[in-house]
Amino acid sequence: MPGRDDTPILKTSHLLGIEGISVGEITALLDLADDYVTLGRSAEKKLGLLKGRTLINLFFEASTRTQSSFELAGKRLGADVLNMSVKTSSVSKGETLIDTATTLNAMRPDILVVRHQDSGAAELLSRKLDCCVVNAGDGSHEHPTQALLDALTIRRRRGGFEGLIVTICGDVLHSRVARSNIVLLSKMGARVRIAAPRTLLPADADRLGVEIFTDMRAALAGADIVMMLRLQQERMAGAFVPSTREYFRFYGLDREKLKLAKPGAFVMHPGPMNRGVEIDSTVADDIEVSVIQEQVEMGVAIRMAVLDALSRGLAAGGRNAP
Amino acid sequence: MTGKRTAFVNARLVDPASRLDAPGGLLVEDGLIRDLGPRLFHDGHPADAEIVDCKGRVLAPGLIDMRVFTGEPGSEHRETLASASRAAAAGGVTTIVVMPNTDPIIDEPSLVDFIKRRAAATASVRVLPMAALTRHLAGETMTEIGLLMEAGAIAFTDGDRTIANARVMRRALDYASTFGALVVGHAEDPDLSAGAAMNEGEFATRLGIPAAPNVAETIIVERDIRLVELTGARYHIGQISCRASLDAVADAKARGLPITCGVSAHHLALNELDVGSYLTFRKVKPPLRSEADRAAMVEGVASGTIDVIVSSHDPQAADTKRQTFAQAAFGAVGLETLLPAALGVHHDGRATLLHLLATMTTAPARILGLDAGTLAKGAPADLVLFDPEVPFVVEADDLHSRARNTPFEGRKFQGRAQMTFVGGVCVYDRARDAEN
Repeated sequence: MPGRDDTPILKTSHLLGIEGISVGEITALLDLADDYVTLGRSAEKKLGLLKGRTLINLFFEASTRTQSSFELAGKRLGADVLNMSVKTSSVSKGETLIDTATTLNAMRPDILVVRHQDSGAAELLSRKLDCCVVNAGDGSHEHPTQALLDALTIRRRRGGFEGLIVTICGDVLHSRVARSNIVLLSKMGARVRIAAPRTLLPADADRLGVEIFTDMRAALAGADIVMMLRLQQERMAGAFVPSTREYFRFYGLDREKLKLAKPGAFVMHPGPMNRGVEIDSTVADDIEVSVIQEQVEMGVAIRMAVLDALSRGLAAGGRNAP
Repeated sequence: MTGKRTAFVNARLVDPASRLDAPGGLLVEDGLIRDLGPRLFHDGHPADAEIVDCKGRVLAPGLIDMRVFTGEPGSEHRETLASASRAAAAGGVTTIVVMPNTDPIIDEPSLVDFIKRRAAATASVRVLPMAALTRHLAGETMTEIGLLMEAGAIAFTDGDRTIANARVMRRALDYASTFGALVVGHAEDPDLSAGAAMNEGEFATRLGIPAAPNVAETIIVERDIRLVELTGARYHIGQISCRASLDAVADAKARGLPITCGVSAHHLALNELDVGSYLTFRKVKPPLRSEADRAAMVEGVASGTIDVIVSSHDPQAADTKRQTFAQAAFGAVGLETLLPAALGVHHDGRATLLHLLATMTTAPARILGLDAGTLAKGAPADLVLFDPEVPFVVEADDLHSRARNTPFEGRKFQGRAQMTFVGGVCVYDRARDAEN
């Protein structure tokens, strides 16, 4: 059971992306998260590690799942949690991100969790604030806690990553989830494939060390894990994809396509799902293959691990100490 | 069970695919070419076969016309699939690729299916539908290329419209390349050519007709070449009409890009001076160009930079042509004059008959991925019989198209189809036609 252990886990005082952390750091975070899964399944779920600390959830984009997951993680660790969404902040009144940061800084938070529609927003804040910054998704750049929770889900089911074939399907172009997962899974020794129509593949994607497919069936052949990405509504109307029915026909995961993957392969989705667009309900709801609910549970555990790890740096002197 | 057999005897077999040009015979069985060669029938004709005596005339693969506009559905008074196929048959064309510019526009899988079913029920030649590249041909959002391909669309095009927005074109090419689909572009910058009725130059100035410069074409050709380089999509420029476009295509091909292009028969045979005294039947898209540009098109065919010759058949009702030049509709019928007008390049000594016929047989078959366009054993027996030397005068009243807007009225040509066969069945016989 986790307790007051001050062994450092992260070398930096922020978690801005998977790109900046090592295999050792990832492994340590996953090990710690395993303990928090156990804690989350027990009757008494609360610890006092962050007692007296202030955690601000600053969300410029709506996100029920990630925001509540961080909120719960913070509360279970005993922190005071403040949720700020864009509708209630001054940003909707025209304040710049830096002004917001300065204002928040004056409230002396210990940890700031931020989601923003622009890539690099979390990094910008990390340079302007005295607290720890956790990137909860910045534009099309990174979503590190999503990749970590996906990794936790995979590791608990498969024991490791070496040699696993993970096929990531869908809107890779706009997906921060895909970028973080590609980096993490490659680091950990998995073989990553991406499958999408060419309009949804980023330029020079092959340079990311993945195998590229435009034929989803070929990408699924022999896959151990199928990771589906959400296709945003506004991208289905003809600019990137001509229609949802065409997308589902060629890139939607249904029973028939899933048969091409390895027997026992499982399906992941970061949520929220578009049923009948990227995934068929019969697949999404099949507990034999779909681990989508499990991903949500792992999400709370991984965020507790991340907050715990970052707070260890605070304990060693505190970034925001007077 | 042995089906119907037809023996073509005393033919001059001309097959661009195998580079065969020799006297010989050809046997058709069950709609397919069973055998052919110089020595076939040396030991006598098969007793049960129907005999077609070719009398030394050329027996070649039926022509494939990659650019045909019809009026079905929506404006059947201009042309139906049936009337277009009659014109095609009379022109020796056995496969027509029809454009999606109809009413409704062919931008839905069910409409591709409609064209195929209507063609199967009413047309005497093979009809291959192209589908729209963008919805409503509006140049804004792409169509369901994957589903349209499954429905039978052979390629994707906005017909005689250019996609003005480079971002839309880039995404459409990207998306098409996902499926290996062929995109066919029309090169005419819509802003530069807005309101223009002919080619910009001295003659347009003298006539006082609003005109557009030929760079309106080349700008789009060059843009699309860059986008093909970026996306890797298979791209065919429906028609080019000027030297600068030809040079751009030659350069793109030299760089190994997957680009092909076509030219219309009327751009090989006519130039801007043929507009004469405001002849609206010679108002076409792109406009007839200068003599230098026309000569460049002939050169492009001869060099192989231009892959295909098309009719760009575009039937227009009399009322839309009986207008002032500026007001008149664009377009000319061409299915029945495709072969004669194209043969001019051969008669002028610029291309062998084999090379010239390749632009209307093997080249379009290769670009479209068809098994037609060749005299090969096992290939469909789509054939045209013609004498390239026999002269005739084009008369609009003799045409089989529902519209009569030929730009070649009164023009003397040499060589036109005498008989046409689709799948071994005679779909046109000029001797019989003359009796009617």
